[in-house]
Amino acid sequence: MTTQTDSKANISQWLMVFWRSAAVPLVAVILALLVGAIILLISGANPLAAYSALAKGAFGTPIAFGRTLEKATPLILGGLAVAFAFKGGLFNIGGQGQLLVGAIVAAAVGFGIDGLPFIIHMPLALLVGSLAGAVYGAIPGALKAYTGAHEVITTIMLNFIAINLTDFMANGPWKDEGIVARTPAIAEAAAIPTWGNIPIGFFFAVVAALATWYLLYRTTIGYEIRTVGFNSNAAKYAGIGVSYTIILTMAISGFLAGMGGAIETLGVVGRYQPGFNAGLGFDGITIALLARTNPIGVIPAALLVGAMQAGSSQMQFDANVPFQIIDVIQALILFFVSADMIVRWIIRVKPEEGEQVTLSTSWG
Amino acid sequence: MTTAAVPKARSRGDYAKIIGLIFGVLVLIGIIYGYITNPVTTTAVLASTLRQSTPLVLGALCGLIGERSGVINIGIEGQMLMAAFIAFLANVYTGNLFVAVLAGFATGAVLGAFLAFMSVTLKMDQIIGGTVINILALGLTSFFYQTGLTTQGKMQPIPLGPLADIPLIGPIFFDNPPITYTTLILVMLVHYVLFYTRWGLRTRAVGEHPSAADTVGINVFKIRYINVIIGGGIAGLAGAYLTLEAVGSFERAMTNGRGFVALAVMIFGKYTPFGAWGAALLFGFATALQTQLQFAGQLEIPHQFIGMLPYLLTIIVLAGFVGRTRVPSAVGKPYEKE
Amino acid sequence: MNKTNRPIVLEAKGLTKRFPGVLANDNINLKLHQGEILAFLGENGAGKSTLMNMLYGLYTPTEGEIWIKGEKVEMSNPGDAIDRGVGMVHQHFQLVPVMTVAENVMLGSEITSGGGRLNMRKAIQNVRDLSEQYGLAVDPTAVIEDLPVGTQQRVEIIKALYRHADILILDEPTAVLTPQEANELFRIMNDLTAQNVSIIFITHKLKEVLSVADRIGVLRSGQMVGTAMPEDSTETSLAELMVGRNVILQVEKSPSKPKEPVLQIQNLHVRDDRGHASVEGVDLEVRAGEIVGIAGVEGNGQRELVEALTGLRHADSGKIIIDGREITHFNPRQITELGVAHIPEDREKHGLVMPYTLSDNMVLNKYFKAPYAKGVIMHHDKIDQNGQVLVKEYDVRPPNIHALAQNLSGGNKQKVIVAREFSTPTKLLVAAQPTRGIDVGSIEFIHKQIVAQRDQNVAVLVVSAELDEVLGLADRIAVMFDGRIVKILSAAEATRERVGLLMAGSEA
Repeated sequence: MTTQTDSKANISQWLMVFWRSAAVPLVAVILALLVGAIILLISGANPLAAYSALAKGAFGTPIAFGRTLEKATPLILGGLAVAFAFKGGLFNIGGQGQLLVGAIVAAAVGFGIDGLPFIIHMPLALLVGSLAGAVYGAIPGALKAYTGAHEVITTIMLNFIAINLTDFMANGPWKDEGIVARTPAIAEAAAIPTWGNIPIGFFFAVVAALATWYLLYRTTIGYEIRTVGFNSNAAKYAGIGVSYTIILTMAISGFLAGMGGAIETLGVVGRYQPGFNAGLGFDGITIALLARTNPIGVIPAALLVGAMQAGSSQMQFDANVPFQIIDVIQALILFFVSADMIVRWIIRVKPEEGEQVTLSTSWG
Repeated sequence: MTTAAVPKARSRGDYAKIIGLIFGVLVLIGIIYGYITNPVTTTAVLASTLRQSTPLVLGALCGLIGERSGVINIGIEGQMLMAAFIAFLANVYTGNLFVAVLAGFATGAVLGAFLAFMSVTLKMDQIIGGTVINILALGLTSFFYQTGLTTQGKMQPIPLGPLADIPLIGPIFFDNPPITYTTLILVMLVHYVLFYTRWGLRTRAVGEHPSAADTVGINVFKIRYINVIIGGGIAGLAGAYLTLEAVGSFERAMTNGRGFVALAVMIFGKYTPFGAWGAALLFGFATALQTQLQFAGQLEIPHQFIGMLPYLLTIIVLAGFVGRTRVPSAVGKPYEKE
Repeated sequence: MNKTNRPIVLEAKGLTKRFPGVLANDNINLKLHQGEILAFLGENGAGKSTLMNMLYGLYTPTEGEIWIKGEKVEMSNPGDAIDRGVGMVHQHFQLVPVMTVAENVMLGSEITSGGGRLNMRKAIQNVRDLSEQYGLAVDPTAVIEDLPVGTQQRVEIIKALYRHADILILDEPTAVLTPQEANELFRIMNDLTAQNVSIIFITHKLKEVLSVADRIGVLRSGQMVGTAMPEDSTETSLAELMVGRNVILQVEKSPSKPKEPVLQIQNLHVRDDRGHASVEGVDLEVRAGEIVGIAGVEGNGQRELVEALTGLRHADSGKIIIDGREITHFNPRQITELGVAHIPEDREKHGLVMPYTLSDNMVLNKYFKAPYAKGVIMHHDKIDQNGQVLVKEYDVRPPNIHALAQNLSGGNKQKVIVAREFSTPTKLLVAAQPTRGIDVGSIEFIHKQIVAQRDQNVAVLVVSAELDEVLGLADRIAVMFDGRIVKILSAAEATRERVGLLMAGSEA
């Protein structure tokens, strides 16, 4: 019995649902910007000038907007990687390492093979890079599943190892000619093109977000991953292979992060060089929590952080504010979004049920 | 009357003790052999071992004080980093090293209070709370750091009179800068407080079974707050060690994962101060040996692989020892009155 | 003996406790006299625990007054109650498992010798003195987790006495005891009252109330619905007062007609989480169309036995055969697929995914099969249909398939599990503690369902720590003690006394 009034009710219901899930992130962002403004004042800068320069740098021109999308691309994938692992009850802080491995392997496929047509070379490099991220992500998964080593520590350690490893490769076996430590440029057929100012890689990331959502909520694999994430004892009782699921979750999470690195290499930088996109793992955490671990929500959250990153150099130039302020603002966003009790108290919204992130249960 | 559940085997513990004993004897033999064949290098490596281990011991003490009371502290890295930065600034602007150390301690304690606020009062997920601290510390220190600041210098070793002249032992234990001494004292102090005092008994009870503590009138929140704050202060000392004792200046992200290595040290040390100390010495030894080898140019291994060592060691230790270590039962769970 | 002429040591006047949306206690009045045992009878959820938590300072009353020894008191935490001589033994022991008896006893009121240093010697001596004075045998240096539950309970009582409690609240103290251990506890209670300790005794077991109490108060839905003297009451009259309607204390069932064996267990050995031998050579057979009940005090290997049967725990040696196939090393999925339904002991730990909706929870055992999934793609309309049918059939409240499991009452949570497990073709049902902590209505419902399964030729294994449940349901009763089945009795042979003795390890 779907009537006119029902569909109207549906719209207002949908708006309520939207408000209930979006209110906390929105208010958290506003609070973070306010506290950020206070910090700017303390450091002697003009917050209004800084923020308007930031906005101008992110959205002021088509080029600026293109750069925002470009910055948002690995952030979407990094955020997805963290959000996806959260659904499986895992905290993947290793996005950084998985991204580096994905980036350098994509670069290797990009410069190492010659003469393939674009239609094969680019997807191949993207896929192999992402798979490398998956393998690197599966390691902490396996360590957790078989030894109980907590993934928070192992993924961070693997980040440091990945930095050293890629550093070694780019300065050793895969080193370009010349003194700079970096790999050779990738073949043209391996490059992800842009469409005007819009990087095509951005669409790959959006598709990845939709696919992640579908996998989680519409397939048995997603049901198994979420069951393990919420209650691994019940999962075992239901006959789900818990160890296998943990490894799979981390592998998919690593795949997403690796894909972020591969797109960055193939679509933006054109080669691998050390010092590449540092800090993405932490950005991914902020974005995933800002999106309340919803894969679709990751897209706007990543756009917000991407805009801040894209605009930060303009801000530094116009308002003379060190770009690191956006790291501070991001940390504040993370705080307010996680400390949702504070935000909910301010705006009087009840918590959504069943979507709380709990990670500390598997400690030790 | 039932006779249930009398443990039938304690063999695993005995087994571990024997292994530990054998390992200890081997280490001792190695040290003596090293000292006989090459006294200068051996002394240098061992003295460096102790100093390299200092921030790890302090970090691990911070972690274990918190976890014994039921709060996971994954933010040790951030507490160290922030404290290193503030201690450095205090040194730059006051030129007084003692004030700088206090500033470091206080910074760590403030961040400890922040962590306690998030995990005890707001009941946030404790791992996310710690991550907030890590990211915030990285952002704030990078934002406020300006290059070109210089200090009057760093803390120097204080030889303890004739004790410092004992061969081998003297230069290792009795010729150290103040924070390193403090660390040795703290290991003993924390051990004493944790296992022999009222405060320690209550801390352990709160970490194992908070409602049991609550029902006999112990304030669970207060115990957790104080432990996490003091722990933060100790992590702050580790930060102060980095800028005031080891390096002498501040660099962005200079903690380099030590806060996380410290957590592995804590687990490896089975949540006991002396265990953590032993584990930290192992890590310190790995680092000291690596530096020595690099310095001597005796090794043809790319530096990146040597750089990976502590991180690999951490993973191996975790993989091998988690699950064999008894974690305080209530760790990670916010306490809710029924 | 009537003790109502003695002085009043504790009095509640119009106590009311409201939680958001719930009136847990409504205008409760009670008087406790010196040296008296006042029993409180009530179902799960009747408000007994709320009342006791107010008397012990864990909750602050919304309205009403508490008077202790002639003085009006305002208590904001247990410390205040302890100061006034009120001690409480909780249903779930409030003991730190890794600490010793002496450490647990003094926790919170430590004996120190300057500078906060613990004086263990004095503490140990103190515990010795108390255990002698009140006849509570316990070793002060033993570690709690190594002690049997009966002894742990004595530690709890010593804990209260150490704090000079002369008013003791015992919350469901017999839930984990054998009938013999319970009798030992009653002896201790009588000794205590002889030394002028007053006791409030909370339980839902009717027999105990009649044998030990001086007076009885009955709680239902948060209200005090009546008081009674044991000499004027019967089990039936108390049960009616407690539930508010006629209750059938017996499970109605026809004699069983056992057929071919479905489950055969041969010389099974299983270890517990700590690696200690827990099941030590169990042999058991369950036939189609019969209910075999395992009686025993918790912790005698029942949990490990059930987990081994359902593939959740690895068996050391021995054989498990279901329907002629050896399944000793099968995983849980393979065992479920053979037609084994499992009602787990801990419904929140194993049985449900709390943040999932009812309809998602109701496919936990079949989400991967048609019509709920084709390949890896799930069909949510089919999953919801399944939920809709089961919710109706099993009278789950609220009947909303999109409600989250975590928002249901214990009884309704259990119904969700039962509905799910019975919704697939079943040859063997393993039900562990199937009615723990739920209301009488749900208990009756679930018992009927279990008997109905039996009558459809399902082989049923029921494990329960409630002796009455085993005696009521089972056609044959296997008594488990110290990892072994010490005796198998027919329903006719199994008297309470005989099973109780077997549970305690004495041959009968």
